[in-house]
This record gives sequence, C-alpha cells and structure tokens, in this order.
Amino acid sequence: MTNHNDLPLFEVFIRSKRGLDHRHVGSLHAEDHEQAMGYARDVYLRRSEGVSIWVVNSSDIVASQESDVEPFYDPMDDKPYRHATHYQLPNEVNNL
Amino acid sequence: MNAKELDRRQREFDAKVANEERIEPKDWMPDDYRKSVLRQMSQHAHSEVIGMQPEGNWITRAPSLSRKVILLAKVQDEAGHGLYLYSAAETLGTSREEMVEALHQGKAKYASIFNYPALTWADMGAIGWLVDSAAIVNQVTLQRTSYGPYSRAMIRICKEESFHQRQGYQIMMVLARGSTEQKFMAQDALDRWWWPSLMMFGPHDAESAHSAKSMQWKLKRESNDQLRQKFVDQTIPQAEFIGLKVPDPDLKWNEDRGHYDFGEIDWDEFWRVVSGNGPCNRQRLTHHIKAQEDGAWVREAMRAYKEKHEHEVQAARSANSAA
Repeated sequence: MTNHNDLPLFEVFIRSKRGLDHRHVGSLHAEDHEQAMGYARDVYLRRSEGVSIWVVNSSDIVASQESDVEPFYDPMDDKPYRHATHYQLPNEVNNL
Repeated sequence: MNAKELDRRQREFDAKVANEERIEPKDWMPDDYRKSVLRQMSQHAHSEVIGMQPEGNWITRAPSLSRKVILLAKVQDEAGHGLYLYSAAETLGTSREEMVEALHQGKAKYASIFNYPALTWADMGAIGWLVDSAAIVNQVTLQRTSYGPYSRAMIRICKEESFHQRQGYQIMMVLARGSTEQKFMAQDALDRWWWPSLMMFGPHDAESAHSAKSMQWKLKRESNDQLRQKFVDQTIPQAEFIGLKVPDPDLKWNEDRGHYDFGEIDWDEFWRVVSGNGPCNRQRLTHHIKAQEDGAWVREAMRAYKEKHEHEVQAARSANSAA
C-alpha cells in the first residue's frame, strides 16, 4: 500500500465568487494534479464554497520566512509618505 | 462550435454581465469583448508606464529631499500599476512583449495627457492634483468593470492612488500660498494642465467610437461626459480654496442642474495629440523604445543565467542517479 507521505503535497486555492481572488484554503496529498483537483472538490467544496479551484504543487511554491520579515518590511516603516494620511490638508478639501 | 452552442454561450455571457457577475479569464467571451478589454487594459498599462516620464523628469530637481523621496515613491507606484495591468491583460493570452511591440509600432495608445511637457516644479503639483484626480474619477468606477482581473487590479490601484492626488494638491497649496513668483507658477501650471485634464475623459459620448459597446458590456461603467462632469464638480471648489482660477470664461455654477457648466474643449487639439502630433508624442515613444533597447543586456543576462542554472541542476541530477 502506498504510504500517503509518498504522495506529493498540493496547495488548494478557491475562488468563492466570480470577481474575487482565489484564496488559499489548505492542502492535500494526491498522485497528480488531476487527482488533487478531485480531492480538492471533495474536501473543500462540499457546500458550494466556490466557483473555481486552483491546485498547485506545494514544492513549486517559494515562500519567504518569518525570519526574513525585517529585511522585507523594515524599510517601509520610514516611508510614511507612501500613505495618503501623511498629507495634512485643511478640512475644506480633505475629501481629496 | 456550431451556431446553437455559440448562441447558448453568448446568452450565458450576457446573463453574467447583466447580473453584475465578473467575467473570468477561462470563461467563454465574445471575440469583440476580448479585443475591447485587451485594448482598454493595454492602453491603461502603457499610460502608467509612459506617465513616469514627465514626473521622472523632475526627480533630480525636486526642491527638497522630502519632495524628492515622495516623487520617487510616486513614480515607483506608477511602474507597479503598469505591472498589475500588464499581468491582468496577459490573462487574455497576449504577452507583455506583444503589447509593448504594439505600443512601439503606434498600434496601441496611451493616455494623451502624457504628451504634454512638465515645464516647472508646479507641474508636479498640477499632475498629481488634476491628472491623478481625473484618473481616479475614472478608476473608481472601473473597480466594478466586468472583467475580473481588470476589476481586481483597479481595486489595488485605487487604494494606492490617493496619496498621489493629495501630495499633488499639497504642492499646489504650498505654492499658491507662497511668494508672488510661486503663486504665478501654480496658476501657470493650472492654466496649462486644465484643458488636457478634461480631455483625458475622451470625446463626447456621441462621438466616442468604443463607448456604447463598452458600456453595454459594463467594461466602462460611466460615460465620458458623466465622468468629466464629476471631475469638474469636485475640482472647482479645490481650486477656489487655494485662490487659483480655472482658465475657462464659460465656467459657472448651474443651480438648476446642480453642476458646473463649462466651456467646449478644443477638439482639434485633442485629435491632433491623439493622432501623434502633441508637444511630446515622439519624445515619449523614442524614450520608451530606447529604455527597452538599453535593457536588452539585462534580459540577455537573465536568460544566460537561467540556462547555466538549468545545466547545473541537470548535472547534479545525473550525478545523483549515477551514485
């Protein structure tokens, strides 16, 4: 019998409604993309949770790590001028 | 596909549009719809990218470090917005290279406003205040456009744009409250950018080649003239607040309509610029082509690196299997 650990892992993304982004909902093990699609439907779409499924081989995902947070985000903290609230305008024109 | 099947798909598509559902990339869509949405998105993407030129022109000459980093951040945003839109357009199966090629051959357009020169620092204020506001008036309605990837790109872009118009207005406000020379600069920039900003909304509804169909498909949500009126109504009080005067003798508040009446756009100028003969059309395109060509070695290096890396991975694999 195949050990389930031998099956590759797939990440599952569901679009809950037309017009919205696909969102990550979880993962599952499957033989291939086709089987992953079938399993994803069975596992994540039993109650019309979505209109479209993406399955992606987990090993194809390149992710940043918690420990990368500083170099990624720190430089943003000293750039408050990227936010609209940085620009003080008088009340009369503050709906800009 | 037989006629019956085509008819069924068309009805399904029409029903989705009628029900305010979005069309997603893998859905069937009529060829004309695909062409229209691609034309609109590619034009929008090109506008973001070409739009970096008049502002990029002032980065090295911004009057303070603070203004300089703000302008840098803004130009960086425009590049990002171009990228969102090219990616959204690529979901239709046309590559970014093809879109850029069409731009270079003059087959694809970008917003005509960027064919005007940015002559003084006050133009950075006028562009942020007027050009970005006009763009936002349009983009806010496009958050509900019927093509899903376009709509999502617009939602992201609108979130980031509001700092653009606020920093522009703030530049104008500071100049308008400054010395006589500064006030003159602000008024001069408004004089030069006002009419081209009104032209950004395109021809009158009756003259607009693509409008009716785009409205029917809900690609466009409000007409050119409706959007233009909205822009005028919101901008006049902002100009008055900082004591600047819009260069239009026919401008006046119409109590009955509850809107400002305004003068007629110089349509000869509009068509002249659209057809390639504005003050900077050739300069903008030449610069874009040059930047593309100058960057060729980077793309070449990336290809070479990828190839080398693939060889290394293959060599490691065969070494492993041999062991």
